[in-house]
Amino acid sequence: MGGLPAGPVEQTEHDYALWEKRVDALLVLLTKKGLMTVDELRRNIEGLGAEAYEAMTYYERWICSITQTLIQRGVITVDELGRRMEEARRRGQG
Amino acid sequence: MARVEADTPRFRPGDSVAVRIAYPIGHVRTPFYIRGKRGVIERLCGVYSNPEELAYARSGLPKQPLYRVRFMQREVWPGYAGESRDTVDVEIYQHWLEAAN
Amino acid sequence: MPHDHDHSEEHDRPHHSPPRPDLDDTITHWRAMEIAVRELLIGKNLLSADEIRRQVEDMDSCTPAQGAKVVARAWVDPEYKRLLLSDGNAACEAIGLERGPYKLVVVENTDTVHNVIVCTLCSCYPRWLLGLPPDWYKSRAYRSRVISEPRSVLQEFGVAIPENLVVRVHDSNADMRYLVLPRRPDGTEGWSQEKLAALVTRDAMIGVAFASRPGAH
Repeated sequence: MGGLPAGPVEQTEHDYALWEKRVDALLVLLTKKGLMTVDELRRNIEGLGAEAYEAMTYYERWICSITQTLIQRGVITVDELGRRMEEARRRGQG
Repeated sequence: MARVEADTPRFRPGDSVAVRIAYPIGHVRTPFYIRGKRGVIERLCGVYSNPEELAYARSGLPKQPLYRVRFMQREVWPGYAGESRDTVDVEIYQHWLEAAN
Repeated sequence: MPHDHDHSEEHDRPHHSPPRPDLDDTITHWRAMEIAVRELLIGKNLLSADEIRRQVEDMDSCTPAQGAKVVARAWVDPEYKRLLLSDGNAACEAIGLERGPYKLVVVENTDTVHNVIVCTLCSCYPRWLLGLPPDWYKSRAYRSRVISEPRSVLQEFGVAIPENLVVRVHDSNADMRYLVLPRRPDGTEGWSQEKLAALVTRDAMIGVAFASRPGAH
């Protein structure tokens, strides 16, 4: 990304939401336990494409990348992911 | 076949080097802006598993020597003031470096 | 936005605020993914809820105060400063801090050089010394511009570097992590390490600010 044209640096900071801290924690634990590497995290973020930087926040890109990595490694299946996400979504609405 | 664990460091601080020009797909830690540029080895950082391979859940062997390479900003960016002595230090893996004269 | 006001008051409030409460009424796609992945991993006995909680707490306890301790010690102890500049991880350990999971390179601001840190490829940052990075450090604008026009970006942060100083940008693009050792402010002779550490801000250790001046509020 170095050297691309860009506007002024918006010197914003935000307090991290709990779910964001959990995503961060997930990455630290998974890499410590050898279940994935930070390199796979980065590669899968790069793989989201440039639009992801507009459409997704930092930790949204992270959770997407971590999930992608775990699928690639066969730790979770797409089927169980989909079912559990839907369940979580329904619980969240209730 | 015995697998080489780590490549031997070929460069020392002060050596002039050029960053190889190549644009593969995949995960590469050599920034676009520095490819093809010439700099000087500032230090050997250590020897590390190759992130290009780790990114695909492979072993990353042979490990690659990683260097900090110092470049003159005026040689990296077209718009940079001509008399400037400002520098940019970038970490480059050995397999992206060639000796420059 | 100029940042020429004193930062020492930052240490009076915690660097981390209590987490924003998760919104219970709407759950986004990505939050559902986080919940699902976490629960699946716990269900498979690959992680425990306890481990996650402890890791969140560990990260919360990492603040720039750690980095400030290292800087303050280096300001008063030339032997320690030599160690810090040659082996950053050993220097952390020597004062009871975590060595850190990555090799630490400490770069010193002097009367001839000003250093500034960026990770153009992602957001690599010495988290064990500074906590989580601010949004701006991870932004496209910072990562694109501080590498190619550092003086202009530093101006935006309220830092003007005279032409006779060299600006050195460090791209934290691979396995190293960086900390700037800012210059010790004038008028602090005889100060205790604790008092000195209060002048050392996160932004000074990234290189987009100077350490705070004594007495300026």
